[in-house]
Parts: sequence; C-alpha cells; structure tokens
Amino acid sequence: MATLSPPWRAVVRSGLIAGGVALYTALIGMLVAFDEREVVRNSFTLGQLLLIAPAVLVGWLTGRKSPQPDARLLLLRGFVSGVVSSLPLLALLLVSSVVNLRTVLINVDRDLVRLISFDNGVGLPGALMLAGSLGVAGLLGAFVHLIPARPRHALLTALAWMLGAGILGELVRQLLSQFLDRGALSWFLRRDTLKPEPAALIFVVVLLADLFWSWYRETRGQQGRNESHVLQYTRVGGLAILLLLLPLLVGSAISDVLTNIGLYILMGLGLNIAVGLAGLFDLGYVTNFAVGAYTMGVLTSTGILGIENKLGVTVFNFWLVLPVSLLVAMFTGFILALPVLRMRGDYLAIATLGFGEIIRLLALSDWLKPIIGGAQGILFIPAPNFLGVDLIGPQRLYYIILGACLLAIFVSSRLNNSRTGRQWMAIREDEDVASAMGINTARAKLLAFTISAATGGLAGAIFAAKLGTIFPTSFNLLVSVNVLSLIIIGGLGSLPGIIVGALFLVGLPELLREFDEFRLLLYGTLMVTMMLARPEGLWPSAVYRREVRRDGESAPLPVGEQQS
Amino acid sequence: MSDVVLSARGMSKSFGGLVAVDNLDFEIRRGAIASIIGPNGAGKTTFFNCVTGFIPVDDGELLFNGHEISGWSSDHIARAGIARTYQNIRLFNHMTVIENIMVGQEAHLRSTWMGAILGTAGTKRENRESEEEGRKLLQFVGLQGKGDLIADNLSYGDQRRLEIARALAMRPHLLLLDEPTAGMNPRETAETTAFIRKLRDDLDITLMLIEHDMRVVMGISEHITVLVHGRKIAEGAPREIQNNPDVIEAYLGRGAAGSTSQ
Repeated sequence: MATLSPPWRAVVRSGLIAGGVALYTALIGMLVAFDEREVVRNSFTLGQLLLIAPAVLVGWLTGRKSPQPDARLLLLRGFVSGVVSSLPLLALLLVSSVVNLRTVLINVDRDLVRLISFDNGVGLPGALMLAGSLGVAGLLGAFVHLIPARPRHALLTALAWMLGAGILGELVRQLLSQFLDRGALSWFLRRDTLKPEPAALIFVVVLLADLFWSWYRETRGQQGRNESHVLQYTRVGGLAILLLLLPLLVGSAISDVLTNIGLYILMGLGLNIAVGLAGLFDLGYVTNFAVGAYTMGVLTSTGILGIENKLGVTVFNFWLVLPVSLLVAMFTGFILALPVLRMRGDYLAIATLGFGEIIRLLALSDWLKPIIGGAQGILFIPAPNFLGVDLIGPQRLYYIILGACLLAIFVSSRLNNSRTGRQWMAIREDEDVASAMGINTARAKLLAFTISAATGGLAGAIFAAKLGTIFPTSFNLLVSVNVLSLIIIGGLGSLPGIIVGALFLVGLPELLREFDEFRLLLYGTLMVTMMLARPEGLWPSAVYRREVRRDGESAPLPVGEQQS
Repeated sequence: MSDVVLSARGMSKSFGGLVAVDNLDFEIRRGAIASIIGPNGAGKTTFFNCVTGFIPVDDGELLFNGHEISGWSSDHIARAGIARTYQNIRLFNHMTVIENIMVGQEAHLRSTWMGAILGTAGTKRENRESEEEGRKLLQFVGLQGKGDLIADNLSYGDQRRLEIARALAMRPHLLLLDEPTAGMNPRETAETTAFIRKLRDDLDITLMLIEHDMRVVMGISEHITVLVHGRKIAEGAPREIQNNPDVIEAYLGRGAAGSTSQ
C-alpha cells in the first residue's frame, strides 16, 4: 500500500469498503433473498442489482474524487475499484469451494454461490466472471462522469424509471390493469415481473422525454413569467385531481398502502412541529397515536364507556369522537410535557421514550383491562359513516386520511410562518437566547407538544376506525422510531420532505416484500448515510434549498469529500 | 432616584467555591454609556448573566427602574426592557436575518397561534408591520438587502450587527453589549464605536458594555467600573481610571499604562 500514490490508495480503500458491504449483504442472506425477485424478466434480478450496486457506486465515487479529466485514467480507476470490491466475495467463493461454510454461516449456500459466480460455479470461470463483472460495473460507474450533463441526466432518469418500474412490478400491474385488458397487460408483465420489451420501451420513452424537456426548458427559459404562473396553476390543479382519483386508479391493495403512508404523513407532520420546528426530540410519539386510537376505540365500540341506545348500537359515531380524540390527545400531550419542560436534547429523548413504553404497558395492564381490554384489545370499532355511506375499505378511508393530511399541512404551514413558528425555531436554535428575547419558553414548548400531540391523536383515531380493532402491540416503540426516521430522512422542518420520507420509508417496504425482513437494517443504513452525506434530508426546507442554490457548490460538503 | 436605570447593591454570585461576583455595588444613569472592564475571569459576563436572569443572584439586590428583578425569569426581564448581545455571537443561525429580528420584537407582538391558523386580519397586519419594522431596523444597522439570508451565512461583522439589531428590535431601555468589537479590525472597531454612540444619541438607550479594547472603552464611556476577581476595585470617569494606580497595577500592568493614555 505504501508504494501507491494517494489517488490509487483511495481507489483501493473505497473498493475494499464496497467489497465489505457486498460481502455483508451476501452473508446476511440479503442477496439471495432479493434474488428471488426479477427486475426484468429473464434478464436480471434484484439480487444481481444489489450485487453490482456497491461496485457501480464505488466506481462513481472514485471518478468524482479525481479532479483531472483524463478519460482513460478515470475509467481505469473505476475498473480497478470495481475489481477490488470483488475481492471479499472472491475470497468467500474460494473458501466455500474448500470448506463447507454453511455450518457457521448459514447463508452461504448453493444459491449464493450461483448468484455471485453468475452461474459459473466455484471454479476459475466463476471467479473471473465475478471479478470481471464488478470491474465493469465500477468502470460504468466511472463512465457516468464522462457523459455530458444533459444526456447524463436523461440516461440516469431513464434508468431509474426502468428499474423503478421493474422493482415495483406489482404497483405497475395494479396501475395498468385499470386501463388495459388481460391481453395487453400480458405484453407488459408476466405476473408481477416486467418483460424485456416494455422495459426497453420505458427506457427509451423516458430518455427521449427527458431530453425533450431539458431542450424545451432551455429554449423557453427566457419567456415571460405569466406562462410559468399558468403552468403552476395547472400543476396544482393536476395534482389535486390526481390525489382525488388516486384510490380509483391504483386499486384496493395499493390504496391500503396509501392509507398507511397517509397515517404516517399525518404523524410526521405532527412530530415535525415538536422536533423539526421546536427542536424537542420526542421519542415517544406513539403515546399520542395510542391515546387517539384508544379514545376512538373505547367511545365508539360497545365497551364500558361506549354508550348504547336501545338497539344496542353505540350513540357516539366516528365524527363525534374524532374531535374528542383530538382533545384527549392534546390533554395527555400537555400533561406529559409538564414534567419534561426543563429537559433538553438527549434527556428529553430518553424521558419521552419512557412515556412511549408506559403507554404500551398501560394498554396491556390488567388494571385498565375492564375499560380498554388489555391484551385482547378493543374489537368492533364501527367504520365511519359519511352521508349514509359506510367508509369501509382503504379506497374510501383514503379520503378521510387525505382530508386530515391536508388539514395538518395547512395548519403546519400557517404556524410555520407565524410568530408562534418563529418562537419555536428560536427555542430550537438557542433556548437561552430565545428566553432573553422575551419568549416564554415553557409556554411555547407546551404548545408545541400539545399541537404535535393533537395530530398524533388524529392519526390514531383514524387508525382505530380503519382497522376496526386495536391491540396494544400496534403501539410499540417502532412507531415512534419510524415517524422520527421519516422526518429526518425527508428533511427536518420541511413539509414536502415529510411526504417524501413517508413514501420512501413506509411505502417502499410495503410494496417490496423482500425489503420487509431487512427493514430495520435498511433504516439504520439509510439514517447513517443520510447523516453523513445529506444531513439536510431528501427534500430540505425551502430556506435551506434557497441558500444552497445561492452559494452554488460551497454548500456543506459530504464527509467523504472533506476527508480526501 | 428615577434617574438611575439599573443598580446593584451588595450583589454576590459564586459557583461552588469560586466567587464570581463579590458584594458588588453598581449604578448606571439613564442615557449613560458605561463600561465594565477587568481581566479575564473578573466576573463581568457573570454580572451580565445575573442582570438578564440567565443565572440566579445569590445575594444582594438588583433594581431595574426601581423594580427588584433578581429572581425574575429572563423572558420577564427581557419584557421589562433589558436586551443584550453575547461575547461569542449567539444568533438563531438557521433562521433568516429578518426572522431573527422578528423574534427580537417578541415582547411587542400580540398575535396568537389560533390567529395564525385562522389567518385573522389582525395577525396578518401584525406580521406585515413587524416585518416592515424589521426591514427598517436592518437599514438602520446597515444590513439592508440581507434580510432573507440565513444568519449563519453572514460575515462576522454583519453577524455582530445583526445581533445588535435583534437586541434593538426589543426596544430596550437598557442594552448590554458583551465585547461588541471583539475580533474586529481597527476600521470596523471605529465604525462600531461610532454606531454605539449613535444608538444612545438617536434611540435614547442606556448602554452598558464589557470591552477589552481600551481605545474603545476610553473613547466612548462616560463611566467605567473595574472588576478584578469579582470585586470592584475602582470606578469613575475614563481619566480617573487611567490614572488610578490600582487599576494600572491590577489590570493593565505597569508597562501598558503609558500606551493607553496617549
């Protein structure tokens, strides 16, 4: 290593890191699990994609680090980094040909060997194939830098669309089956797998569309602002129509996913007030969700507190109890905030974490069993009824959740740009100074907790009505963690970021069953990567983006670049 | 009596065994510019922290416009009319410049969160007026056109200005400046000095500053208090302080005495 020049040392180092990642995914069984899903039929699988992804990434990274535009050197480095990244897997291949590793590493089975040797077995052909493929993958990653900006954007977009359509085959089928008959559909997909021809079609269409769009924008860029205004209105109008028709377009199964995403968006919006605006790290957000759900459950079902009329039907319906759930959640949020008002940062996180556990144990306890049912939960929560129509099923409930989300977005954005929002942000930035400006920090924090709790309670109440039954197991720590993750990954304090984060963290795992097993691993990886490479989130708040755009490239560098 | 804005009598504050402020008597008159000087660790910033309610006073009394303020919370004190800046700038870094100022106006705003959600006319008007006033204030401190930047992105000098502007937005009776010229070059220091005088003359604010730059202190102050180890060793007009042998001994050192009296 000592004889290598610094750029080559970086190539080897990052290649080995990527190789380590690839080895890890192999050993935990992720590669093989993902191999079961074909992205494009008879062409390649998700497992193969995951196998070459580290090499492509590392090739791209080494290309980014080298400042000189010498094409051959760039490609060579990409190739070498790819080959280096294959070394750990090569070692695995070699060892597994001599020793039976399965006794210790249960995932090193024939399927894995077949996958990483590209069907060539443990011998020399397999090893060469692996090293060669990853080398080429690294080379391709580096090659991306050599394509001029506009075609590069088009190519990558087209690739992303094609892979997206392939990976989310089930979603594509649901969408297409609304418009196409069985015959036409079978041209696109076999079961949930995209066929090669439509994959190529998607690639070409997106490629051309992207090229056309960038050309169009460039030629029309200097035109008056009126037109962009019109464009904006059509965009908003189109979005509204799309949102209204969405459940009809995607069918019941995807609508169910949408309602889950919606509930998480709702909770994200609520938690964002505490964490994103006021900087209060609340790890017990599930408390509010549970309080809302149990209020709805207890009052509308035929339990102790659910008041029945002569026909044995509860008097309280969804719409009556919804505001009650909201108020009860606000009240608990307020009460629980009182003791933690003086805590900051980590201490606050730990205390609120405790609240989350307390609520779960209370729900399970024998003490409250007569009222909320203990481990048996609450059954027979009636569905909401709107003008005589029972809102059963995700396609109808979707509209309640959509309405709640829009309301929460409206309230959040109003508060964002208000005196109250500024008080919260000031407390987030520097609590002492905020206080020295005349802000009653205790009151402002109580308000943040209370409003944040209201949104969580709303989500909980809808959740209870959606499922019709609630059990204590639904209200575990994972809910808090998910909500917190999605607002951090989306971009703290950014409303669109919450939506993006929820689509990403809640939507993707539901659509991709293969992900489910590795969900927490992916969350962790994603969080760490985001914190290092893009701490502002996927969709940062408007102010942040404006500032970054103004500064051009002088925005905070990813850690990797600072080190080099 | 009503001429005195702030007075401390027998004020003490200690941290564990360390006596930071020791039995201090202090007085500042309306419209004055007074400085507190002393070597590092003399208790100057601790005194500021006590006055603004950041830390509780152990003993003695602290009167602001005749009210006993020791024991008040810092937001209460701020609303009563004491504003401050900090030794190491403490802006709301990830908020815009104008938002920083608008937080400063806090004590004079009336709108509520309900009003904000409902978008009432009063809330909108107040928001508009407060932003207009903020922009005027930016003009006054020379930050015009920078209102929509993130505070963190301002240059060092501009951050100092913004901190003062934010304090001014509180419309204070008494403004405490903790080392306002720290880290500035001679030209910026001269500008800041002139600016501080302008604050008193134009806005009729009583000013109290902690400062290490003797040229600034001697040039601007009407009254100087010297603290050493939390104890007041001298006070008076600049000329008296310059010639006070205790001060020269304890604070400036023998060699520095000549250079400051130029």
